[in-house]
Amino acid sequence: MNRLSPFNVVSLTFGFAFLYLPMLILVIFSFNSSKLVTVWAGFSTKWYGTLFQNEAFLDAAWVTLKVAVMSSTFATVLGTMAAYVLVRGGRFMGRTLFSGMIYAPLVMPEVITGLSLLLLFIGIGLDRGVMTIVLAHTTFSMCYVSVVVSSRLATFDRSLEEAALDLGASQFDAFRLVTLPIIAPAVISGWLLAFTLSLDDLVIASFATGPSATTLPMKIWSSVRLGVSPEINALSSILIGIVSVGVITASLMSKRHAVRVRREEQAAQRTA
Amino acid sequence: MAQTVFAPWDDPQQKPLIQFVGVTKRFGDFVAIDDLTQDIYEREFFALLGPSGCGKTTMMRMLAGFEAPTEGSILLSGQDIAGVPPNKRAVNMMFQSYALFPHLTVWDNIAFGLRRSDMPKDAIAARVEEMLKLTRLSKFGRRKPHQISGGQRQRVALARSLAKAPKLLLLDEPLGALDKKLRQDTQFELMDIQETTGTTFVIVTHDQEEAMTVASRVAVMDEGRIIQVATPEKIYEAPNSVYVADFIGDVNILEGTAKANGPESYAIDWGGAEPATATSARPFSDGQKAHLAIRPEKIAISAERPADAANAVQGKVLDIAYLGNLSTYHVELPTGQVIKAQSANTRRVSRRAYTWEDPVWLSWSATAGVLLES
Repeated sequence: MNRLSPFNVVSLTFGFAFLYLPMLILVIFSFNSSKLVTVWAGFSTKWYGTLFQNEAFLDAAWVTLKVAVMSSTFATVLGTMAAYVLVRGGRFMGRTLFSGMIYAPLVMPEVITGLSLLLLFIGIGLDRGVMTIVLAHTTFSMCYVSVVVSSRLATFDRSLEEAALDLGASQFDAFRLVTLPIIAPAVISGWLLAFTLSLDDLVIASFATGPSATTLPMKIWSSVRLGVSPEINALSSILIGIVSVGVITASLMSKRHAVRVRREEQAAQRTA
Repeated sequence: MAQTVFAPWDDPQQKPLIQFVGVTKRFGDFVAIDDLTQDIYEREFFALLGPSGCGKTTMMRMLAGFEAPTEGSILLSGQDIAGVPPNKRAVNMMFQSYALFPHLTVWDNIAFGLRRSDMPKDAIAARVEEMLKLTRLSKFGRRKPHQISGGQRQRVALARSLAKAPKLLLLDEPLGALDKKLRQDTQFELMDIQETTGTTFVIVTHDQEEAMTVASRVAVMDEGRIIQVATPEKIYEAPNSVYVADFIGDVNILEGTAKANGPESYAIDWGGAEPATATSARPFSDGQKAHLAIRPEKIAISAERPADAANAVQGKVLDIAYLGNLSTYHVELPTGQVIKAQSANTRRVSRRAYTWEDPVWLSWSATAGVLLES
């Protein structure tokens, strides 16, 4: 283990304080027994209790979850298909245009995406609600999925697919039995990315929704305008907890997998 | 019992398994294969040999069905296979990178092709076990490709491509990733397997030693054309051009003009003290430019001028390359030309007769060299 120089210790401290201090304060105050958010009055978990009795929050959480699961699934299917065609389709007419266009939503201001979707939904007379949020989220998150999957496909050994064809597999079987299992980690991380994007989106959801559906970020935003309540701190702490556990588990699993593969490769070389 | 020599290409009764008929392949402006016509026979071990970019891989990919010829046709057992997609051809390929499916076990890799056919389950299992046995992999069936060594992966790739008992097996630089020792062992294994299964093999390689070892016939390619097709012996002993002579093994080329001095015998004036004598079945007119190609091992080295040698020149030793079993002497002639002569180290090196700067005589017989047109 290397010892860090004082300079490095200082920059590390500042950097991480900048990133995590706000969240830390939020988590601490979620255990505050006082109703006043900025005054510490002792430890308590009562706000977590009242949170789970708050129907409005629970409803919003349920809507958010539904939207996130559906939109990230649709986005993964569409984004993977788009990536496959753009990377593997060869040099078909308009390929450069299409691959440029798939990245455009990444840089498009959310307000504009939201507004244009709103106009579209009104224009074709679609009733705004959960389904329109799902559509909107699918639209903007599929390009993220496509970026993640196409970078994996670009380094994918093409001869694997050719070998599958050579052994008698159809194009579809080659994709289903060889390509998809191998790029699965990229597809899954694309799904997770789309899921988190949908989970924390406020702007586009606000444009795309109607009175019948409220997502959690929208709910939090509207309650905060009436004043920050400790309940919201509790809710946010739970979200932070869920996300941290997810991220840590995923990275531990992929690290352990990499270590195992390396060890087995070394063992194979030794016994050869 | 005398064995009959395997040479279907000399038998006009034999029907070729594969026929390239006037095949041209262009990629944009680049001509990868240039009007190529070639037959390959059943049970042959046919090697395509050439530098990178000579079109050998393109030929193989056209056989596999990954590329289509721009002009001409390719026949497999007399049938044009132009419109047949790769997954419908009785042709399998072993890829240079092996292209093993990393998420499947060795067993499932070998079974992959069989499962794509309508073979019953127990027949698949029996066939996979047979292939594992053939390639000595029975212990490794349950392992994943990353859990076995490079040599074993190579054998899995071979087993997988042979599992469907193809009419034709294509091998794309199959031994390129192995180290030299393992490569030599594997070459003999490949030949054994080819003989046992009776499959026709077409191998692409840039390693001339490999092509010579395994192949029944070698095709030397350059810039989309086949320059010469012959058995390894003929390619080495009787190359048809300077390109082939130079590409296969080591060679000395003496450039000069030919003059007939007997039946099928010519004197070549190459600028040395006396003209070289060489026999040639190929006729040369007087004064015609000619290249005399002589292999280093066919040139003898001695301290005195040998009395009965047809050709002898004097020079001094410039360099000695010690290869263990052989030594190659680089001898500089008075003309400035450097000739390589090779001799077996039958004695210990400390007793070597010649060393640097020693004056020596080089000699070779009239039949040692091959006379080539320029």
